[in-house]
Amino acid sequence: MRMLRILKRNIRDAFKSVFRNFSLSIASITCSTITLILVAIALVVSGNVNNATSELKKDLTIEVFLNLDVTQSDIEHIKTQISNLPNVKPENINYINADVWKSELIKESADIEAILTTLDTNPLRNSFEVSVDDVNELSETTQNIKKINGVFDAKYGEGKAENFIKIFDVIEKVTIIIVVALIIVTAFLISNTIKLTIFSRRNEIEIMRLVGTSNTVIRLPFLFEGFILGIIGSIIPALLTIYGYVLAYDKLGGYIYSNIIPLIKPFNFVLFVSLALMVLGALVGMFGSYRAVRKYLKI
Amino acid sequence: MKFIEIKNCYKVYPNGVTAIADLTLSISKGDFVFIIGHSGSGKSSFIKMLYREEKPTKGSVIVGGINISKLKNRNVYKLRRKLGIVFQDFKLLPKLTVYENVAFALEAQGLKSSEIKPKVIKALDRVGLKEKIRSFPNQLSGGEQQRVCIARAIVNEPKLLICDEPTGNLDPETSKEIMKVIDSINKEMGTTIIMATHDKEIVNRMKKRVITIENGVLVSDDAKGRYVAHENA
Ligand SMILES: Nc1ncnc2c1ncn2[C@@H]1O[C@H](COP(=O)(O)OP(=O)(O)O)[C@@H](O)[C@H]1O
Ligand SMILES: [Mg+2]
Repeated sequence: MRMLRILKRNIRDAFKSVFRNFSLSIASITCSTITLILVAIALVVSGNVNNATSELKKDLTIEVFLNLDVTQSDIEHIKTQISNLPNVKPENINYINADVWKSELIKESADIEAILTTLDTNPLRNSFEVSVDDVNELSETTQNIKKINGVFDAKYGEGKAENFIKIFDVIEKVTIIIVVALIIVTAFLISNTIKLTIFSRRNEIEIMRLVGTSNTVIRLPFLFEGFILGIIGSIIPALLTIYGYVLAYDKLGGYIYSNIIPLIKPFNFVLFVSLALMVLGALVGMFGSYRAVRKYLKI
Repeated sequence: MKFIEIKNCYKVYPNGVTAIADLTLSISKGDFVFIIGHSGSGKSSFIKMLYREEKPTKGSVIVGGINISKLKNRNVYKLRRKLGIVFQDFKLLPKLTVYENVAFALEAQGLKSSEIKPKVIKALDRVGLKEKIRSFPNQLSGGEQQRVCIARAIVNEPKLLICDEPTGNLDPETSKEIMKVIDSINKEMGTTIIMATHDKEIVNRMKKRVITIENGVLVSDDAKGRYVAHENA
């Protein structure tokens, strides 16, 4: 009960001082709002890019064609060498026998059947389909496979998907840098707001100390104030995420990039992002106030 | 062991000023002690060590069994709850009423309002301010404000009341009234009183133990003392 009373008073005091230092509070809230909107965009985009790349990655396989004269043991040997490459896992190598391939093609179309049956030997090559762990090293891995003895050629897709993923990688990194910078600015602004509160309440703090208030109880309202500033700053970004994403999803019909890349379904995705924004806002707020309390509240 | 034990205590400020030098004295429970000396002689420095606003640089200060040098920052509040402090500049919160200012001390310790009320009324009654409960500090005279401070200091019924020049801002008549209140707290509640002052009148009239400090050094400790100016101690 005692803790509850202390808590109640702290929340009341924190709200009071948000209004007492109104202009600086507004500055902190605005900054944290802007930051969190960017974070929201970053989360929505990177969530969707990650979702899309797992779709796209399916296309990003390397096709490895073997020499016509390879023996069964050569094939095993080549497979081992490919799986020894750092970017390849053994279970992601798929062997395609030329004869099986031929009979599949014949089944598919009568024209192909006509051509293939006129030939004495099978013109198709035994091959591997290899998917890689890191798409960014797709071309390097392809080059390495080409060097293996018994490999006739190795190729991968058009390069469109690869570029798409690379660009998003860069965008993601730049966004992270901007967001981190903004988080620091926000924490700094909140810290300054709390500093003002501490300053305007210094007489009260002095008296609290004299009459035996514990340091924790003296500090709590300031930490609460930062927490509240951060939470308030996350309201608009959270609402924008929820309404904005649902609207965009409906408008786009659930796909972007000419119906190739599917978007993540709005629920529970938007709720998860909003929760993340609130938690981040609260953390930044408390970090800012913690800094101010450490620096300016000497008790 | 006495209630307050001070042994070979030094207080040297970071700027090099030695405010207290080699002070050794003890005070029993229930004593009424004046600390006198010129301005700058080290009275406040001595008093600040009693409530751990300052730590002794050397030597030991023990108050009610608590070793001030060893008391951690986060535990200072435990000491403060056992004593009351009154200053020359009252340190009241202007936006709170008399009642709220006194209740503040108990609220800060997390007491329920139902527990707080009778204690606050009792304390205000003791200092004779029961009628002014709803006034704000700026509606009170200096003497009345100081009585609010005394009420706040004793509302928790501490064993020790520390006063740093409590009459410094008051005229002689009002000072007399304040001294009456402090004396009654000592007599009726058995509270130990340590009071720094440079008011000759008061010291000579009260006939209590008088500890004189000059330039940070104890120059006399007199059981039924008078104010004596020590020239170059
Ligand atoms: N925080 C401080 N820092 C440095 N010097 C101080 C500080 N407080 C007091 N002093 C010095 O210590 C000496 C004693 O001061 P003080 O204890 O306030 O004396 P009194 O209360 O008797 O007037 C003075 O010379 C004063 O300038
Ligand atoms: Mg002084």
